Amino acid sequence: MSAAAGAPVAIRNVIVTYPAADRRAVDDVSLDVPAGELLVLLGPSGCGKSTLLRTINRLIVPDSGTIEVDGRDVRDETPEALRRGIGYVIQAVGLFPHMTVGRNVGIVPELLGWERARIEARVDELLELVRLDPQRYRSRMPRELSGGEQQRVGVARALAAEPRVLLMDEPFGAVDAIVRTALQDETLRIHRALGATILFVTHDVDEALRLADRIVVMSAGKIVQADAPLHMLAKPATPYVERLMDAKDAVRRLQLIRAGDAMALGVDVPTQGRIDAERTLREALTYFLEGADRLAVVENDDVCGTLGFDDVRRAIAAAER
Amino acid sequence: MSYLLHHPDEVARRTLQHLEIVAIALSIAFVLALPLGVLAARNARVRGPLLGVLNAIYTLPSLAVFAFLVTYFGLGLVTTEIALVAYAQMVLVRNISVGLLGVPAALREAALGLGMTPLQAFLRVELPQALPVILSGVRLATVATISIATLAGKIDAGGLGALLFAGLDNDDPNRIFAGSAAAAALAIGADGALRGLERFAALRARG
Repeated sequence: MSAAAGAPVAIRNVIVTYPAADRRAVDDVSLDVPAGELLVLLGPSGCGKSTLLRTINRLIVPDSGTIEVDGRDVRDETPEALRRGIGYVIQAVGLFPHMTVGRNVGIVPELLGWERARIEARVDELLELVRLDPQRYRSRMPRELSGGEQQRVGVARALAAEPRVLLMDEPFGAVDAIVRTALQDETLRIHRALGATILFVTHDVDEALRLADRIVVMSAGKIVQADAPLHMLAKPATPYVERLMDAKDAVRRLQLIRAGDAMALGVDVPTQGRIDAERTLREALTYFLEGADRLAVVENDDVCGTLGFDDVRRAIAAAER
Repeated sequence: MSYLLHHPDEVARRTLQHLEIVAIALSIAFVLALPLGVLAARNARVRGPLLGVLNAIYTLPSLAVFAFLVTYFGLGLVTTEIALVAYAQMVLVRNISVGLLGVPAALREAALGLGMTPLQAFLRVELPQALPVILSGVRLATVATISIATLAGKIDAGGLGALLFAGLDNDDPNRIFAGSAAAAALAIGADGALRGLERFAALRARG
């Protein structure tokens, strides 16, 4: 898979007012998204997060303000040309029911006038990327797929023309919790593999904490706080953010810290179990509750440290600072 | 029955003439109804009044409309086609707009968001999805037009109505029967053919 590196997105003083609304949907928002960041826009419905997202691909035209993608004003090209270069995944999936999975995935390359052989090769490549066997899936119709499979196809379709920016608008809102977790894992994997800049809209705090390099909390059309997930839990800027994030919930904070980052060095202590360095302290806590006092922390099959409850406490205290 | 057996060429000629009247009317009607239907689907403020006016036309007694139009456009084909086109508008515009409104908003949003032009989104996504409902409108309009077009016979525009009215004037039940049977066969045949098309479009649309 060719890695099209991400492009930066710069939002400057964007204001959006819907006709007949009594307040601004987006109220003078400025935001810099560095290339390759996975940024999550978080907030309740009506806070303006979706509206802000849709100004980036010009589905919504702001009253004022500018938006630059990769240093170019989005108004510099036609809306169609702009959108073909930006991936877009929506909640309702929006797969075209009368087209096969293959045609759905290949629609943007088709619009771009690629040759058929190149489109077909790209479609197979993308289906493999989202872990759907091309042989089995390319000729099927969307309604024959499960909700999770449809959403994978939606992601594949958005990635078809190697976009450097990907917009995801509550993409996993309609699937059950287990499938959602799997899709979140896929999103992280694809983000690592492609390096695209991703702007991800959700109202689900856990989803935001799981995915985000940085979370932007919005309320009533304004940005309330923009911070790394752990920081946001440790230092919520306002009571609103604290309530929204349930920041007092220490267990929630534990899921953001890797065992490998909290462990004590030195391996000559007795341990009653092992945990992968990539796992979170929340999982470590389960072992402690089950009776373990110390865990061996494993990285690539080597024990590289140990983890006890005191280390967990210390890590939380460090995050507070 | 005897008229049909003794003058098959005359019945065939009138049937073809009838088909021609109907085909012209429906073609013009559809070309007019498509933009009106799209407009009605896109603009709620236009939709109510537009369908109201078309519905009012639809409820007028057809014989009265023909008589009224003759005073302006005289006897013949032009008057017939104007009346038939006006009658077909209500069903066509209604079904085109209802069909388009029934397409989930997410599909248009996805189509535009992926970079289709509004025309591409319409032709590639919205129209195929709305087609079953639109074709249902075309079917209803066709059957109604075949029926109303018999009035053309009364104003010298020919068609199967000419047989009917000639039969009435000459007290010739055979001729009346021949005209009625042919008109009924046309209507039933068109209804069946368009139903088939409609079913095909529905299967295509749901995938």
